[in-house]
Amino acid sequence: MPGKVITITSGKGGVGKTTATANIAAALALINFKVICIDADIGLRNLDVVLGLENRIVYDLVDVIEGRCRLRQAMIRDKRLPELYLIPAAQTRDKSAVSPSDMVRLCDELRPDFDWILIDSPAGIERGFRNAISPANIIVVVTNPEISAVRDADRIIGLIEAEEKGPAQLIINRIKPEMVKKGDMLSPDDVLELLAVDLLGLIPEDEMVVTSTNRGAPVVLEEKSRAGQAFRNIGQRITGEKVPFVPIEEQRGFFTQIGKMFRKG
Amino acid sequence: MAGLFNRILNRQPNSAYQAKERMKLVLVHDRSNLSPQALEQLKDELIEVISRYVNIDSEGTSVEIAQEGREQRLIADIPIKATPKRRIG
Repeated sequence: MPGKVITITSGKGGVGKTTATANIAAALALINFKVICIDADIGLRNLDVVLGLENRIVYDLVDVIEGRCRLRQAMIRDKRLPELYLIPAAQTRDKSAVSPSDMVRLCDELRPDFDWILIDSPAGIERGFRNAISPANIIVVVTNPEISAVRDADRIIGLIEAEEKGPAQLIINRIKPEMVKKGDMLSPDDVLELLAVDLLGLIPEDEMVVTSTNRGAPVVLEEKSRAGQAFRNIGQRITGEKVPFVPIEEQRGFFTQIGKMFRKG
Repeated sequence: MAGLFNRILNRQPNSAYQAKERMKLVLVHDRSNLSPQALEQLKDELIEVISRYVNIDSEGTSVEIAQEGREQRLIADIPIKATPKRRIG
């Protein structure tokens, strides 16, 4: 079966698109799918450092498109997850170096060899976003439970619908369960009611995302990380498994749960 | 409901509630590309046009954007005034 293209986008910058791309890709590779991710954020390359592959770049996306190298030469294979590959973005060019039809052609070339092709979209609604969504079979929108990210997600979801690329699937990232409980943060239900879109995953705020990104290793490789678990669940949902969503009240640390048991007793 | 509850207690509603209520309004206008001012103008012009044909209650008229999932609908509620029948003879 030819591979499917998943584009990860958000509208607003800084909500965790690149982290989500790296971790969904790694989650799929962990369950033995052959995965390639493409960094479509030309000029602001980052997926390479999040995956810890920055020292191995020779050629990039623009080199492939402009014919300076063969497609194979621009693919970097992850040593920890041999089923995972990356095509990095060019750092010294801009979004106009690539067109939507270039992206469609590139993905068509990759489809026979991979199960999943993930595209990390740049922020914004301009050329880079158009490039990233043009070959997509599935579009994932990442947002945070805060008003500016939700508003931009709504705009992006509208554009995806207008392009007849929907329905978009939503990931709500950086949820703080304690704040939600106190009524100081939009709950996943609030965000879903506002955006009226399908839910793909809920990612709790987790310091291990920071530490694992520092090391250049996706957090899905951390057995105990809650965010890692949430991304592993997303990987399974993408492959069609029905993984239940953990209610936000239960997304607390092991020790808090134990402490609560003692207080109750 | 929570808003009413908070008003009775003279308490500021929690910030997540405020965020949600604000976002509801913002998204309605973002999606339709219709500002609250433009909607008000649309209502005034609608009243003007319809009044040429029927005697309507302009005070009781409302024009709103209703939501159903991501679908939006412009809903106008325009009460018609009863016209007094002329007596013959």
